[in-house]
Amino acid sequence: MTSFLQNTFNGLVSGAFYALLALGLAVIFGMLRVVNFAHGAFYMLGAFGAYVLLNEAGVPFWAALVVVPVGLALLGMALERAFIHRLTRLDPLYNFLLTFGLTLILQDLVKLRYGVQSSPYETPSALSGSVDFGIFDFPTYRVFILGFAVAVCLGVWWALTRTRVGMVVRASTERPELTRAFGVNVGRWVTPVFGFGIGLAGLAGVLAAPMRAVNPLMGADLIIVVFAVVVIGGLGSIFGSVAAGFGIGLVQAWGEAYLSDYPIVSQTIVFIVMAVVLLWRPAGLFGREEAPA
Amino acid sequence: MTSTVDPKTGRTGQAVPSALVTVARAPGWVRYALLAVGLGVALWLPNNLYPAVAVDILCWALFAVAVDLLLGFTGLMSFGHAAFWGASAYVTGLVAIHLGLPFPAAVLAGALAAAVLAVPIGYLAVKRTGIYFAMVTLAFAQMVYYIANEWRSVTQGENGLQGIPREFFGLDLTDDYYFYYAILPIVLLGLAGAWRIVHSPFGRVLVGIRDNPARARALGYPVHRYKLTVFVLSGFLAGLGGGLFAVGHRFVSLEVLHWTTSGKAVIVVVLGGIGTLWGGVLGAGIVVRLEDWLSFSGFEAIGLVTGGIFVLVVLLFRRGIWGTTADLARRLAARRQRDRT
Repeated sequence: MTSFLQNTFNGLVSGAFYALLALGLAVIFGMLRVVNFAHGAFYMLGAFGAYVLLNEAGVPFWAALVVVPVGLALLGMALERAFIHRLTRLDPLYNFLLTFGLTLILQDLVKLRYGVQSSPYETPSALSGSVDFGIFDFPTYRVFILGFAVAVCLGVWWALTRTRVGMVVRASTERPELTRAFGVNVGRWVTPVFGFGIGLAGLAGVLAAPMRAVNPLMGADLIIVVFAVVVIGGLGSIFGSVAAGFGIGLVQAWGEAYLSDYPIVSQTIVFIVMAVVLLWRPAGLFGREEAPA
Repeated sequence: MTSTVDPKTGRTGQAVPSALVTVARAPGWVRYALLAVGLGVALWLPNNLYPAVAVDILCWALFAVAVDLLLGFTGLMSFGHAAFWGASAYVTGLVAIHLGLPFPAAVLAGALAAAVLAVPIGYLAVKRTGIYFAMVTLAFAQMVYYIANEWRSVTQGENGLQGIPREFFGLDLTDDYYFYYAILPIVLLGLAGAWRIVHSPFGRVLVGIRDNPARARALGYPVHRYKLTVFVLSGFLAGLGGGLFAVGHRFVSLEVLHWTTSGKAVIVVVLGGIGTLWGGVLGAGIVVRLEDWLSFSGFEAIGLVTGGIFVLVVLLFRRGIWGTTADLARRLAARRQRDRT
């Protein structure tokens, strides 16, 4: 029982990363119809940003948690203006290719500067140690990640559903033409929303720095799992993406714990789930069918 | 049935200018001249180039044509074709090592295995279109990658398969120069097969599905089945290339299954020209040659260059080399026609 609770908790923590990344992907996709391949690269830049700030400027974790996502959001907005913007009126595949190219460039730039070895990042002292939950105890830092990610997801949900800005963004996502007809300047929101999505990826990266190895390829394989997550949840659905993120985290953790005799299954369980979802509900668990032809 | 029509703009999401089939309508003598030049270059290549690089170009040409069959002629961007390229490379290697068959038989076994693998992946992937198709194929290719990584007893994991023989009825093909000429007929056969597919009634239906899936379905064509068929054929062709690649390097590593390999195949096609078939061959030549030159001159950040090509081509040069050239030639011909009248 204790180990089950621990596995579940671990699953929720890795699910928190999936959820944050999937949330950013879904928000960007909703507004721009762009699937951002570079999302994993920005996650990696987030972790590296925290690492570089700490080691070369002595900026602590708490400051990095604010500075890095904001900086990356600005970088994302610049990239959106410079490149992605030019292709949004074309087939989304072109932006997929463009962001793929950006991924290779960003990865190699970091690799050139810092090499491929993993760099350690110390857990902030306030969050070291563990929390006692009675029957088991758990690293404080992981508890913090889970709480923080849930708070961010709830915050985004609140902003989207309860604020005026969120209303405009949702309207532009669902009916851009009609929203425009109501006199809302839809184009004005595109760049900030892209930046916001990138900021979420950067945030996930900063959170990952003390827990996972910081290296230039840390986002590369992760992003593909996140793609599977959003296919499962339905990319059009923001709630679906977040729910699928946590769900896949859980399934993976349980798979690793209870199917450890079958490493092939436990390593690929995400993709097995994706295959089942494609068979059963091709549009994703929470997705709507694409417009009929 | 879903389609690539964007619900926001009503714009169809096809990746390709629909004028592409007109390439085939160039005057007969132009086509024969191009064919002759192409064959000439293919025959001359290893004299002019390091033969191992020439072998790589042939393999990648097959890979690119396989990807273009889907991307250019069916409107499906597979971002996971490394699964078929790599699976065939492993199967070819295993067959050659353990059974000692002549290399063409091993490559054929590999390509067939890739085609078999393409059935379930294709069946699931064609349920989605557009960007989702790309993500789904990418995810399944990653699944194959993880399986190969975990299944160490067969694939040797990170060490890779080593010492793949180039057995061919006792002929000595260890020299890459001769090996190039040994595989050239197989590659040409594969390319001719792709050409045949595109120019068959089946290929016409594919183009129809690409341009207007709803109409194709209304006309009674089973769209999913057509897509699955071409997906499997494409997997076979990619497998043919991957198998030859394995025998060519006498070594298979996990890299053949990595997502960067899938991405490289797509960029080769886009650089050459989506929906031009031969553009992919050209793109393969350029990218393989460039990467060889970069690694030879000790430049390590190859991703910087490949990524840069990606960004530039997508931003400025979406029709690719072949597409742009064909377009220019057409415009010149049209102007000459106008001047004459």
